[in-house]
Amino acid sequence: MKSFVFPEFQIIRDEAKCGQCRGCERQCAFGTHRYDEAQDRLISDDYKCVGCQRCVIFCPKDAIVVKPTQSFYRPNASWSREKLEDLKRQAETGGVILTGCGNDKPFRIYWDHIVLNASQVTNPSIDPLREPMELRTFLGSKPDFMGVEVENGDVEIETKLSPNLMVETPILFSAMSYGAISYNAFRALATAACKSGTYFNTGEGGLPREMREEFGRCAIVQVASGRFGIDAEYLNCAAAVEIKVGQGAKPGIGGHLPGEKVSAEVAATRMIPVGTDAISPAPHHDIYSIEDLSMLIYALKEATNYEKPISVKIAAVHNFAAIASGIVRAGADIIAIDGLRGGTGAAPKAIRDNVGIPIELAISSLDRRLRDEGIRNRASIIAAGGIRCSADVIKAIALGADAVYIGSAALIAMGCTLCQKCYTGKCNWGICTQDPRLAGRLNTEIAATRLSNLIHAWSHEISEMLGGMGINALESLRGNHDHLRGIGLYEWELDVLGIKGAGE
Amino acid sequence: MFTLCLEFKIIMPRKRRELYNKEICACSIFGAMNRDGDRFTAEGVMKAIANMHVRGNGLGGGFAAYGIYPDYRDYYALHLMFTGHDWEAKRSAKQDFDAFLCENFDVVHDEEVPHRDESTVTDPPLVWRYFVLPNKKGDEAQLSDEDYVVKKVMWVNTQIEKAFVFSSGKNMGCFKGVGYPEEIGEYFMLDRLYRAYTWTAHGRFPTNTQAWWGGAHPFSLLDISVVHNGEISSYGTNRWYLEMYGYACTLQTDTEVIAYAADLLMRRQHLPVELVAKILAPPIWNSIDRMNESERKLLTALRMVYGPLLMNGPFAIIIGQTGKMIGLTDRIRLRPLTAATRGAMFYLSSEEAAIRLISPQLDDVWTPNGGEPVVGELKNIRMVKDEVIRLS
Repeated sequence: MKSFVFPEFQIIRDEAKCGQCRGCERQCAFGTHRYDEAQDRLISDDYKCVGCQRCVIFCPKDAIVVKPTQSFYRPNASWSREKLEDLKRQAETGGVILTGCGNDKPFRIYWDHIVLNASQVTNPSIDPLREPMELRTFLGSKPDFMGVEVENGDVEIETKLSPNLMVETPILFSAMSYGAISYNAFRALATAACKSGTYFNTGEGGLPREMREEFGRCAIVQVASGRFGIDAEYLNCAAAVEIKVGQGAKPGIGGHLPGEKVSAEVAATRMIPVGTDAISPAPHHDIYSIEDLSMLIYALKEATNYEKPISVKIAAVHNFAAIASGIVRAGADIIAIDGLRGGTGAAPKAIRDNVGIPIELAISSLDRRLRDEGIRNRASIIAAGGIRCSADVIKAIALGADAVYIGSAALIAMGCTLCQKCYTGKCNWGICTQDPRLAGRLNTEIAATRLSNLIHAWSHEISEMLGGMGINALESLRGNHDHLRGIGLYEWELDVLGIKGAGE
Repeated sequence: MFTLCLEFKIIMPRKRRELYNKEICACSIFGAMNRDGDRFTAEGVMKAIANMHVRGNGLGGGFAAYGIYPDYRDYYALHLMFTGHDWEAKRSAKQDFDAFLCENFDVVHDEEVPHRDESTVTDPPLVWRYFVLPNKKGDEAQLSDEDYVVKKVMWVNTQIEKAFVFSSGKNMGCFKGVGYPEEIGEYFMLDRLYRAYTWTAHGRFPTNTQAWWGGAHPFSLLDISVVHNGEISSYGTNRWYLEMYGYACTLQTDTEVIAYAADLLMRRQHLPVELVAKILAPPIWNSIDRMNESERKLLTALRMVYGPLLMNGPFAIIIGQTGKMIGLTDRIRLRPLTAATRGAMFYLSSEEAAIRLISPQLDDVWTPNGGEPVVGELKNIRMVKDEVIRLS
């Protein structure tokens, strides 16, 4: 059937610069570029281009430009180009439109409507280059009070403290499973997490055995509805265990790793046969209620001898704060909430673009809910979904999060350009693919360095902003709405965020 | 153990979104304690705080005095402030409060706090004191006396408009208002009517908002009082944590969080003052990581559990308590504090000159390190001598 969708991108090649090295042809897994021997020149097929910019960056002569196509349908405020094309594709295929990465729709990005405070006169700002600036954070349950026994000046702690994760900076790598991303990308995240004093999350695809000894100490291992790759050693080699209930990019639905991506190594790690689809059901079929979740939380605590904090990850949806409060009471030590703009390797576009609420609003309402119930200290909050820079991190913390997960940001650090074709398995950047030829493009060492550089740079910027506010320990900013003001927001939005307007 | 927060719904008398108004101020603080428990008038303390006149701007001054009500030492001394535009408004606020008080407490004595009408202070509220015992009924019978008093104080301060409880301890009291501290001292005739074994004093320099009498220091809850120089940048964080434990921050200034934190940690959680200092102004992680294992474990646990009570930003504080006076600065010591002793006397002051003014000879003078508490304690608990002070 002839497709009525025209190309998204237009490839412009400067023939004067092009040296016919055929580099672009090798770089593109989508087969966009082709060498024509008769003409001794490269020919590009705009239809195949996904706009990932791999050929542009790797062209030794800088001969290629890829830009949005100039063709357009008659402008129509209601029938945008995207709506038209999605509809045409469905008419041609009869299928669900798939996509990757996070929601790209222009929902209000609250980060960009919140400004931070700084000290003037009455409270000296602090120079982080000269004074200590502390970002160390503990994630997990804290008791209501700490009983101590004092004898002859020696202080003995009487209260039994719950296990906590200690992070040197409040930025953790979000769940991205081996299978969804390549082994090299997965290992780079693990390496960078260990080097930066933080944690990576294995996602639901298990943790390869050979990585457990070296990287287990900085791993949060996930238990998801597919229960892939879970055994006692998997749970016990890690620093914490996370039960994945929902994901911001696709709340309410499960996951599907196509059989083509299930290589021998992925199969061994997930404990499934090679080449079979790895399907994660939408719900956990042993969790149909909060008491079921509590049983799983305690089953995992039993399995790990109460030595590891248990996290529960849910998507931020309309009534999530009440649910999260129930999850804390059900025994979770950490609540991870994933907002509207959280990323994914594959999701139905209709779900990704229309389900869930923005993380900024979610942080504030969850923090307030737990405070109102007097249980805020019983669990830490990790916020995920749409964290783009250090300022987003510090705003998330001032709104009430204990730390953040970054997923898309980490992938971008490794080379991702958010082309949203993760579900094709053809990632030219070697990140979201199991094709050995493509995956080999990602050098683990270099990718790990880029990731730890990112953590270092953000941490430094957070210290600068913190020092500017006259605060030298991050815990003094947590939930401190006094240091935030809103700009260009409606009254109800300020109410939900719990902040004043700028100038108020 | 802590049932307060569940039973007691905090309702803030302000716009939903307007979380709080924080006043920022620079100040002078002074404290004097006789460790033998001998009581003395505020004359010297007023002289000393007046010597630091320029550290304040006349928008707030106050005193806390311990051991001033020996006749009523077993009763909670509630100091009330009734505000309003005119006498009628103040009387009506008092009537509202009196109705509440009769329901919840047994009052053994009450009177207006004596003052000099010819004073220079402006717009004084009606200040009244009540000596009371809890009259616990129903579900509240299970609360301890102290928890009960705290709960009722919080209720009054959030629910009865224009009535503020600003002092609620036994055998102690706060006196404060708008004006220079020496003016407030004269207004309440502290140099003539009261004798205390500990006096703390405060002169205030608020940088914003119009001053009001309730906003002056000291801040007090039960027998804990706090005078404070500085700004608490962690106020928003400290505040939500304390609200979880039933403390309503209503007095529009950051200092009250210190008083509530001290009450939570010292009275309710029974932590020794040395540990409380390590919670309010903990050592930095670099130092903790180098300590021996038991110390490291303890301080790590304290920071982990009580991180939200770290007081960040510059401060020097004097905490008064029955039988104790504690001085503390923030951990990077951004505000001045000098400690000194002379015989049984123990002094804390923003400036050494103020101490020297009233006690030229000193046995010892030193500058405490940031985050390290200095604690003066009564040598023996003979706080009350059998004296009767005539209250006008």
